[in-house]
Amino acid sequence: MKVLVPVKRVIDFNIKPRVKADGTGVETAGVKMSMNPFDEIAVEEAVRLKEKGIATEIVAVSIGVQQAQDTLRTALAMGADRAILVLTDVAVEPLGVAKVLKALVAKESPDLVILGKQAIDDDMNATGQMLAGLLGWSQGTFASKIEIADGRAVVTREIDGGLETVSLALPAIVTADLRLNEPRYASLPNIMKARKKPMETVAPGDLGVDVTPRLTTLSVAEPPTRKAGVKVESAADLVARLRNEAKVI
Amino acid sequence: MTVLVLLDHEAGAIRQASRSAVTAALALGDVHALVTGDAAVAAAAAQIPGIAQVLRATDAGSAHDLAEPLAALIASLAGAYSHIVAASGATAKNVLPRAAALLDVQPIPDVVSIVDGETFVRPIYAGSALATVKSSDAKKVLTVRASNFDPAPAEGGNAAVREVTAPDAPAVSEFVSIERSKSERPELDAARIIVSGGRGLQNEENFKRLEPLADRLGAAIGASRAAVDAGFVSNDYQVGQTGKIVAPELYIAVGISGAIQHLAGMKDSKVIVAINKDPEAPIFQVADYGLVGDLFEVLPQLEAALDKAG
Repeated sequence: MKVLVPVKRVIDFNIKPRVKADGTGVETAGVKMSMNPFDEIAVEEAVRLKEKGIATEIVAVSIGVQQAQDTLRTALAMGADRAILVLTDVAVEPLGVAKVLKALVAKESPDLVILGKQAIDDDMNATGQMLAGLLGWSQGTFASKIEIADGRAVVTREIDGGLETVSLALPAIVTADLRLNEPRYASLPNIMKARKKPMETVAPGDLGVDVTPRLTTLSVAEPPTRKAGVKVESAADLVARLRNEAKVI
Repeated sequence: MTVLVLLDHEAGAIRQASRSAVTAALALGDVHALVTGDAAVAAAAAQIPGIAQVLRATDAGSAHDLAEPLAALIASLAGAYSHIVAASGATAKNVLPRAAALLDVQPIPDVVSIVDGETFVRPIYAGSALATVKSSDAKKVLTVRASNFDPAPAEGGNAAVREVTAPDAPAVSEFVSIERSKSERPELDAARIIVSGGRGLQNEENFKRLEPLADRLGAAIGASRAAVDAGFVSNDYQVGQTGKIVAPELYIAVGISGAIQHLAGMKDSKVIVAINKDPEAPIFQVADYGLVGDLFEVLPQLEAALDKAG
């Protein structure tokens, strides 16, 4: 079974994003970039499926600038077999990404696409669901467990206040939540090996997809900042203030 | 303009978050509501003031809020509506983007403020920045953050109920089971008070020392990524950019230094308390009340002070 795993290059989760002075966006120049953490979980899950003998080939895909190659190399070092870079300088929205992925699905015919549930930059949480909608495939979002058997994927999903299990006909779309697994660190030998794995570059136009954004960002602003409050002297003082001043207990 | 609001329900009642979505929708136009579940749920929806009509989905797939039939249903109804709105939550996040794709629309998630019918403010980078976006789509599909809109009243309205069903399509997914969390404590996303622990608790055994305090306050327990990575607690406790984003009335951070990725997940809390032995810890920069001290001494003192205060 072939698994497609889309990965996104985002500002590293340990870096505090800075709003540009002109309010047009968030500064990414000279900022450490990494693979979106939820996408790492998706890659890890695909690699585990391959280790279990269920997946036979893992294709990693990224849509973005030339440097997204680094993100794809990380996926290859974790265990993906080959990579496709859809090269574009446009910040592609989930709708556009889903359309690009749909075109790649038509080319690659995977049985399963595993995506991170959301990218930590635009926080859209939409691409997997949109791809499933465009393809008419089943979807298992916010997955904390995936079992593949008898041509179906049984997915346990994190929902408000509990867990839901759904059984999906393959081919299917699954989006990874935090609890699905803990991604491995790529070993040095695997990082070296990843350099030799195949990477193909295509343009959205080659796939016949229009990725023009539907949303125009009018401005990006810092949220109101919190001011440091007071230091209290004792636990008793704290309880008294929470009760009488803040009135929260 | 007429707006379709997807309402989420639990135990026969409309969730409060969904009533906040009704308030948001009323800012955009007349409101029709779509509900799944039994007739009692539709009756509850009909009582929310401001809702002009309730559409009740009666097909089997919609009964379990399966994304495939529910998104197809929404797309089939969409012709009559300018906007499709729901409260941000597991159901809406599962279903609305799929419906948006069927409509060739880019959804706008987690709206915190409505500027006009096509312009919305939403957090990005886990709330580290607020983006104002304008949609060029003919229809808008959006989810709203419930905490930013007052909930509409539960009673006082009297809307007509109409039954609708998803278009016929082969079922590609099946509901298997649901397991509600049995914790005595509230869920992180819904808790009024959260007690959260970090690396300062040192190990799994010590992390349990947060429990008496959480019990006394009726609080949920959370953790920083550092505590999760160190194996003190499992992933689902994690508050932060890659964990849960929370905004309780009171957030008590115990032994948490305040890494950026943690702050991103809790800085919208109404009142923040930090307990840390390092007076320079960044968590104090966002805390309303800071207590510098050894948490192992402070925790029992805090419990005693709460007991004394009654």
